Amino acid sequence: MARTIQSLERAAAMLRLLAGGERRLGLSDVASALGLAKGTAHGILRTLQQEGFVEQDPASGRYQLGAELLRLGNSYLDVHELRARALVWADDLARSSGESVYLGVLHQQGVLIIHHVFRPDDSRQVLEVGAMQPLHSTALGKVLCAYDPVAHSEVAESDREAFTLSTVTTLPDLEGVLDLTRARGWAADVEETWAGVASVAAPIHDRRRMPVGAVGVMGAVERVCEEGEVRARLVAAVRDCARAVSRDLGAGRF
Amino acid sequence: MTETTGTHAQGPFIAAIDQGTTSSRCIVFDRDGRIVSVDQKEHEQIFPKPGWVEHDAMEIWTNVQEVVAGAVEKAGITAADVKAIGITNQRETTLLWDKNTGQPVYNAIVWQDTRTDALCKELGRNVGQDRFRRETGLPLASYFSGPKVRWLLDNVEGLRERAEAGDILFGTMDSWVIWNLTGGTDGGVHVTDVTNASRTMLMNLRSLDWDERILESMEIPAAVLPEIRSSAEVYGSAKGGALAGVPVASALGDQQAALFGQTCFSEGEAKSTYGTGTFMLMNTGDEPVNSYNGLLTTVGYRIGDQKPVYALEGSIAVTGSLVQWMRDQMGLIKSAAEIETLASSVEDNGGAYFVPAFSGLFAPYWRSDARGVIAGLTRYVTKAHIARAVLEATAWQTREITDAMTKDSGVELTALKVDGGMTSNNLLMQTLSDFLDAPVVRPMVAETTCLGAAYAAGLAVGFWPDTDALRANWRRAAEWTPRMDADTRDREYKSWLKAVERTMGWIEDEE
Repeated sequence: MARTIQSLERAAAMLRLLAGGERRLGLSDVASALGLAKGTAHGILRTLQQEGFVEQDPASGRYQLGAELLRLGNSYLDVHELRARALVWADDLARSSGESVYLGVLHQQGVLIIHHVFRPDDSRQVLEVGAMQPLHSTALGKVLCAYDPVAHSEVAESDREAFTLSTVTTLPDLEGVLDLTRARGWAADVEETWAGVASVAAPIHDRRRMPVGAVGVMGAVERVCEEGEVRARLVAAVRDCARAVSRDLGAGRF
Repeated sequence: MTETTGTHAQGPFIAAIDQGTTSSRCIVFDRDGRIVSVDQKEHEQIFPKPGWVEHDAMEIWTNVQEVVAGAVEKAGITAADVKAIGITNQRETTLLWDKNTGQPVYNAIVWQDTRTDALCKELGRNVGQDRFRRETGLPLASYFSGPKVRWLLDNVEGLRERAEAGDILFGTMDSWVIWNLTGGTDGGVHVTDVTNASRTMLMNLRSLDWDERILESMEIPAAVLPEIRSSAEVYGSAKGGALAGVPVASALGDQQAALFGQTCFSEGEAKSTYGTGTFMLMNTGDEPVNSYNGLLTTVGYRIGDQKPVYALEGSIAVTGSLVQWMRDQMGLIKSAAEIETLASSVEDNGGAYFVPAFSGLFAPYWRSDARGVIAGLTRYVTKAHIARAVLEATAWQTREITDAMTKDSGVELTALKVDGGMTSNNLLMQTLSDFLDAPVVRPMVAETTCLGAAYAAGLAVGFWPDTDALRANWRRAAEWTPRMDADTRDREYKSWLKAVERTMGWIEDEE
């Protein structure tokens, strides 16, 4: 049997103790129930408290389970909640950018489009909610891979098809693109998935700074880019939108 | 929403005030109809007795002044940048105030308040609730203002004498806000617009003037009544406050404002607002259409001295509130948005139908003896099927209202413009399109009520030249097209109608 870490075992025992029977316990109750010195018990409780797993009642000084534990077991953000929160911001992004807006989340080995706002030019367009996009070549996909470790491992193990001559397919090259994405906070796709189409996207975080999705605009490469680069105005608008949705989800300013 | 993504906010602007049931808001719009800033403040809901709902009109006026100042400040502009103020408001809520002191004589009686139920029955005499329908387009029901005015005159000590002496003014919330904005006791104008007046049950739909016979029947002295004006014209200018000197140039009841904001300017165009309840209005052109299928006939809007535009209105009492009920009472979901997740986990309703006749059936049935039913239950049905039935209930009820509108007006619905919170539910919008067999379209600005008031005010002062310019501002954010085959739709509709039948007659003794 592999060696275990004593302090973690003690912390686990404390959580079980606080979860059962009498829910609020004082320091000496905890220490005596587990056969620990008060100082040892206090050190562990304080650490758990810092992580949000334990809370101390300010009046009585007694300890109880913290809200973070509930969140751990319940951490999944409903994609329909995400769409409802993003709705007004995505509309505004479409208006200010003049391009169509997409909101995507990781689903299996790709990006699931959970929200789509039409390009505001009155042309015939089809709602693409429910469609899948590739992870390695689209702006939404690159953002997810750069920020979400699960998406990253999916893309590392996938086939990474070359859709156009510009598609980045080798893992070292893709890692370079993801490093750049993390460094500047946004990703682009200039004719890497569809010829003639470019997109730019930025990450949406929830209140625990977890990456829960990506939002971006997509349009004809002539409109989205200028001299081969994505227009700075569009990048700013996309990042503003991503920040606004993140704030609505409770993420702090960053 | 209090911030914008920058990159716009070029003046001049229009400010819209939305005096709603739960809050007052002010939104500043630019020439493209984009939101520049928003400020909002809730007011107290007063429940003196079961079924009674009141608002403190002084609190509302204070809040309106604050949100106007707030929105102007957030936009970083001054009164000189604002070309006009538009007003939209909760409809039918009734206030009487003393014109010499500016003080309300009683709290505002809110549209939901049912204290006039018995009075309405009495006013129906031997004819019943349709006694004034031909003139007003409305059934005798406690929502409408006329009976509320009568109740106040009968129940507030000495009020009738003061009213007959000409010291008392009546108004819906548009009148109250405009009177105060334009100076109050210091020369405030006492007006209302045709859409708000059409919800008092005191206005004749064809003459667009107060109906003397009805005033006599309800024993309401004409001296208290405001002047009926169009929905888009300059009533006066703001005296004092953050927008001093700016023309007050529109008033529209909230649902009519949404119709206007959705640019439903042609006959047959309709909008549906999906909130806790749902309100659907269809433009029926320049003639009022009598309803024989349980809808209301109302004024849609009137721009200046142009012909009035009429509308048919159907409301669904329980839509978003059914989702809330699934969350709060049943505990089947944790947030309203989760209804879609749960409903999407199955392919269909599994044979289950949910008719949420919680307080009876409304349009087009009007059966107060009905109560809610979940029909078609088998061992196979799961909570996911019920969630699906919940969403389908909203879609079928919309279908029933559009069918009634088609029967009354002879106009087929070509497309439905939607707004309100539930439009973020993709499955619901697709289901709606499937059941209506018509495209469902969501516009890019969700705040269609405020936008409608801003549009009307902007038209009145020449900020926008005509309704074509407003149409050009309208942007499609999403469109759902029907995917259901006709056989399935017909079969499902039949099952729904069977379920509706099962709700009727549940309450045996109405008294």
